[in-house]
Amino acid sequence: MKYGTEIVLLSLFAFGAVVAAGFGADEPFRQHMWVLFFVVAGFTAILMRNSDFKPAPLVDPEAYMDGPVRYGAIATMFWGVVGMLVGVIIALQLAFPDLNIQPWFNFGRLRPLHTSGVVFAFGGNALLCTSLYVVQRTCRARLFGGNLAWFVFWGYQLFIVMAATGYLLGITESREYAEPEWYVDIWLTIVWVAYLLLFLGTILKRKEPHIYVANWFYLSFIVTIAMLHVVNNLSMPASFLGSKSYSAFSGVQDALTQWWYGHNAVGFFLTAGFLGMMYYFVPKQVNRPVYSYRLSIIHFWALIFLYIWAGPHHLHYTALPDWAQTLGMVFSIMLWMPSWGGMINGLMTLSGAWDKIRTDPIVRMMVAAIAFYGMSTFEGPMMSIKTVNSLSHYTDWTIGHVHSGALGWVGLISFGAIYYMVPKLWNRPRLYSTRLVTWHFWLATLGIVVYAAVMWVSGIMQGLMWREYDEQGFLVYSFAETVAAMHPYYIMRAAGGAMYLAGALIMAWNITMTIRGYQREEQPLPGSAPAIQPAE
Amino acid sequence: MDYNLMREFADSWGLLAMALFFVGCIAFALRPGGKAHADHAAQIPLQDD
Repeated sequence: MKYGTEIVLLSLFAFGAVVAAGFGADEPFRQHMWVLFFVVAGFTAILMRNSDFKPAPLVDPEAYMDGPVRYGAIATMFWGVVGMLVGVIIALQLAFPDLNIQPWFNFGRLRPLHTSGVVFAFGGNALLCTSLYVVQRTCRARLFGGNLAWFVFWGYQLFIVMAATGYLLGITESREYAEPEWYVDIWLTIVWVAYLLLFLGTILKRKEPHIYVANWFYLSFIVTIAMLHVVNNLSMPASFLGSKSYSAFSGVQDALTQWWYGHNAVGFFLTAGFLGMMYYFVPKQVNRPVYSYRLSIIHFWALIFLYIWAGPHHLHYTALPDWAQTLGMVFSIMLWMPSWGGMINGLMTLSGAWDKIRTDPIVRMMVAAIAFYGMSTFEGPMMSIKTVNSLSHYTDWTIGHVHSGALGWVGLISFGAIYYMVPKLWNRPRLYSTRLVTWHFWLATLGIVVYAAVMWVSGIMQGLMWREYDEQGFLVYSFAETVAAMHPYYIMRAAGGAMYLAGALIMAWNITMTIRGYQREEQPLPGSAPAIQPAE
Repeated sequence: MDYNLMREFADSWGLLAMALFFVGCIAFALRPGGKAHADHAAQIPLQDD
């Protein structure tokens, strides 16, 4: 019977959720378990409706398994739009506090929904689907483990739903980028170990003797995130069926654990994984090998060895020992070298094909992504220098920096990869519209520029106002005065974010129409086809 | 095993081992004859679809 085992196991899972909803120690936990019950029961019902008793079709063991990749591409687009929409909403909430709708949609609950939505739901799905696409094609092997890939895909979506609904219900561990409570953390651990087995198993059964560098980056991302997630979330639940837990660490050790996790989430989730994407999709889109393969190996090892030490720069001028702060700062500055080595390697892959920046909007998007990678990895080490940090820390400058990396690097390289993959995954000759990609590119790029520039001005102003003393040693400005001064910038920031969201909506339309098999009738972009010369 | 012991190990043998491993990786990437192998590896993504 098709889905027989799955239906039985999921039914038991749903039953367990009802039991937990009945015996839950606190109200948010009981509500959360009802959410889990309805999600799992609904999914089970869908499987039952699609079940049949026909013999299972034979699977070609040589063919690539692209089903989970297709679902992943759609999930990436869907969560991307949701996460960016929530971002625009919270930007408007900061500018207009009346938009805080109590209790579910206030800023405190929506902000982790935005960060997890764009980092783990959008970025995570982009990494999941591209890694499965790339590992099969560079190893020339079908995914390992049969339906394991489907478990990883749906298990990860369940994690996202549980994390997101938990935030709205007010369930939080209050750890930056790791807000889900202990039981959701345990579920993610299970899914992540399955992902590691899936990826590693595929590498082990490869037919290509060499492991291509993109897979090294993806593998380092999977392994390191497993380690970071487990250590950062070591905690003791207050009750067996309750939503509250307490961290295994306290005081400055806890702070350092959180930022060891937090910065390496940036380093290995938002950098290493997406570099894997760069090392596969940029060569494919420009149809040229990577500029220097040996540089890419050095890029990999240097990044791995340096990134893991940079976390303490988030705790300058705190109770963290001085030597640890300096260590974090020094390693952050050393990161300039591998980051820029990698940026040069990505950009120079275009050497001999620079015209493609003008003629191919997907290449343009990838090049802009690599340029933003270079810019934000220049800005980051600079901000980690203690004297600079004394001005930038706790201000909007940090928010601007994060977004130039997240919107510019992570967002644009993912968009480029999805634009590349979708026509191939659904066997379409081309995208629905190339001109819409150009629209997306400019809306996204201008949105980032507005966002980042506004946050620089706002953040530096904020930092300067906080430290302004008069001649008698009194602070010149109250905190509320700095907030009022930032109001116009908050509105401009929301406008920049809305432009970026508009670009993503255009992309969602373009991708949907491509999947449905339409092709827009439009003039080709100038230069994309050789101009026809009249006969003499 | 207490904090100080681990701390001492980290800034002596641990540091040395990691530094040597890193230098070894770089040296291996840049070894004579490595370029041909690297050029072949760079072609891997371009060989199909």
